[in-house]
Amino acid sequence: MKISPTITVAAGLSTGADKRHEDGQMLRVRTTKGWTLYDPRLAWMLVAPVLLLLIIFLVLPIAVMAVYTFFTFVTAGVETGTLTTANWHEFLTDSYYHGFLWKTLRVAAMTALLCGVLGYFPAYFIWATTFKHKWLLLLLLIVPFWISFTIRTFSWINILGEQGVINVALLKMGIISEPLPMLYNEGAVIVGLLHFLLPYMILNVYVSLESIDRTLISAARSMGCTSAQAFREVTLPLSLPGLAAGLLLCFVLAAGSYVTPQLLGSGRDALFGNLISDTIMEQLNWPMGATLSIVLFVVLGFFAAIYTRYMGMSQIVKGLGG
Amino acid sequence: MTPGPSSGTGFQKVLDNMTAPKLPGQQSGALFSSAGSSAVLEKSSPAVEFRNIEIAYGKFVAVRDFSLSIQKGSFVTLLGPSGCGKTTILRSIAGLVDISGGQIMIDGRRVDDVPIYKRNIGLVFQSYALFPHKSVFDNVAFGLKYHNVPKSDIERKVGKALEMVRLPGSEKKLPSQLSGGQQQRIALARAIVFEPQVLLLDEPLSALDANMREEMRVEIKKIQKETGITAIFVTHDQEEALSMSDRIVVMNAGAMEQIGAPEEVYEMPATAFVADFLGKANMLAGTVSKSDGPTATVTLAAGQTVKVVSPKPLSPGAPVTVVVRPEKLSLESGAMANRLTGRVASTSYLGGSATYEIDIGGKRTVRVNTQINGRVVREGGAINIGFDPAGCVLLDEKGIRIS
Repeated sequence: MKISPTITVAAGLSTGADKRHEDGQMLRVRTTKGWTLYDPRLAWMLVAPVLLLLIIFLVLPIAVMAVYTFFTFVTAGVETGTLTTANWHEFLTDSYYHGFLWKTLRVAAMTALLCGVLGYFPAYFIWATTFKHKWLLLLLLIVPFWISFTIRTFSWINILGEQGVINVALLKMGIISEPLPMLYNEGAVIVGLLHFLLPYMILNVYVSLESIDRTLISAARSMGCTSAQAFREVTLPLSLPGLAAGLLLCFVLAAGSYVTPQLLGSGRDALFGNLISDTIMEQLNWPMGATLSIVLFVVLGFFAAIYTRYMGMSQIVKGLGG
Repeated sequence: MTPGPSSGTGFQKVLDNMTAPKLPGQQSGALFSSAGSSAVLEKSSPAVEFRNIEIAYGKFVAVRDFSLSIQKGSFVTLLGPSGCGKTTILRSIAGLVDISGGQIMIDGRRVDDVPIYKRNIGLVFQSYALFPHKSVFDNVAFGLKYHNVPKSDIERKVGKALEMVRLPGSEKKLPSQLSGGQQQRIALARAIVFEPQVLLLDEPLSALDANMREEMRVEIKKIQKETGITAIFVTHDQEEALSMSDRIVVMNAGAMEQIGAPEEVYEMPATAFVADFLGKANMLAGTVSKSDGPTATVTLAAGQTVKVVSPKPLSPGAPVTVVVRPEKLSLESGAMANRLTGRVASTSYLGGSATYEIDIGGKRTVRVNTQINGRVVREGGAINIGFDPAGCVLLDEKGIRIS
């Protein structure tokens, strides 16, 4: 207490000094060897490694593929650098490709919607529960990621197959006389995709639920809402950004899936990814494969862009951040 | 006239005044009775009444044996430090917290077993709690919508409520486009627009900056008087409590310490806690050395003797605490009866007045708040202080006011 006047006086003096040498001092304090704090050059240096990686391993390959779409296919495994629009012409006119594209988008949309419907409830439950160890429930969501995605997909063969758990059980109980055809069809593909994508959806919805101020719900209730009405008026609308981000994520991942339809679907259930793989690996038609890849890339990019435009990028990023 | 903590007799009186079919225990059937019968009740019953309520979370008892009745149209403040149970009590009226014992009555009807959405209550939160995805209009209209008010009336009522909080024409804005003070005004409009039976305010000013806080204090009080709504206000800020309330309930550790008008609570603190919490009174411990009818001489722990006026004769040798408000102490008062000499430990110059911490030899320094006449005494300076023998309150060894 006794020293406080001294401090006041000292502070007063230094303020005066600052005013006199304002410019010089500011510069000397804020820059070190010509660098300022939060220097834009520093920011560039920090993102440079990632940027380089992205350019070399993502942008450049895509650019190469874009060029490849104009190469001429001679025979399996042989193409020439003669530029042609034949690949694009083939894709745009052949309904075979359109059918695949349409089916891929349909299956992806169905999967995403099912994920939304099935994923909202667990997310809501984890958010609403008064269970002390919520982290455990969230951990359970992540546990599947500890097992290889391919193995998880294979496991469905043991569940849905003719000798799978369900068929064997039903046969033993005498409910059915011959195995149900549950594997190698579109249903099995969607089930596999759901298994793969649900955690993404649940986490996205959970994050947006968690960001809701719970006093809003109390406020709605105090103004005459039943809990169902409060959910409709407050919780649901405020969790929609997470749901929307989850839908986009699931849609894009499902539309780009390759392993699941390969393992759980029949030839007819192949998706666009399988078509690309087949074109490149079986037919060894690289120019056409590149064309199809670019098509999928552009189509999904288009959906993501439209979505982001109307949802607001920040919401999506927030959702993905979960 | 003014209802105190409801004693056994007060409870009986309410029962007597009620006609048979409207017993307080009556269930939801009686909840939405016609206006005629509620008018009968209005005369006889307090707006809000707590009867021996207890609120426990598992083993922790947040509120114990709390009884209080609140008069219609009054502004009652629950004041206390954080964790004293004041917010819990407020939330129990709204139904956000379940009580584990006792009864809560609103306008003579038991509500503690009524679901939250059927209680007719306006709630204002510290965090405003405006719906961020709804416009100001939809926010304010929310309660009306769920109280089945016809569409044509909603628009008119919302407009009126916004005028009352001095934000007319803001219907189309989103809450995020408003400042903190404006948001709290909208929250207030939203809480009163459907004419609830009680308005509950849960520290509504704590999130605002100091200037806005004082402005809103006046405004809330004004709107409360205009509408005549019964308001229960929760705060830990004694200034807010003293300036806004008709009655203050001082709470500590889940129980009521004192209830009374602001002047009463401030001038005549019932307990050591109230004296200390409200206005940081000086508590001078001592023993009675001489008792002479209404006046007594007390020897303080630091050795000085002071004369005090006691409401009842004191027995010599009894330990007492002399409670003196900082502003009841004056400086350099040669003519004063109780003169204490000390040294200034710290000075806070506040412009028109100054606050001194003065070391008179006891364990705690004595705080003096006084108008500045002449010079300001700086740290280390010797100083004489004094107070009027009638300008103090005496507490017994248990910290209870001697009366």
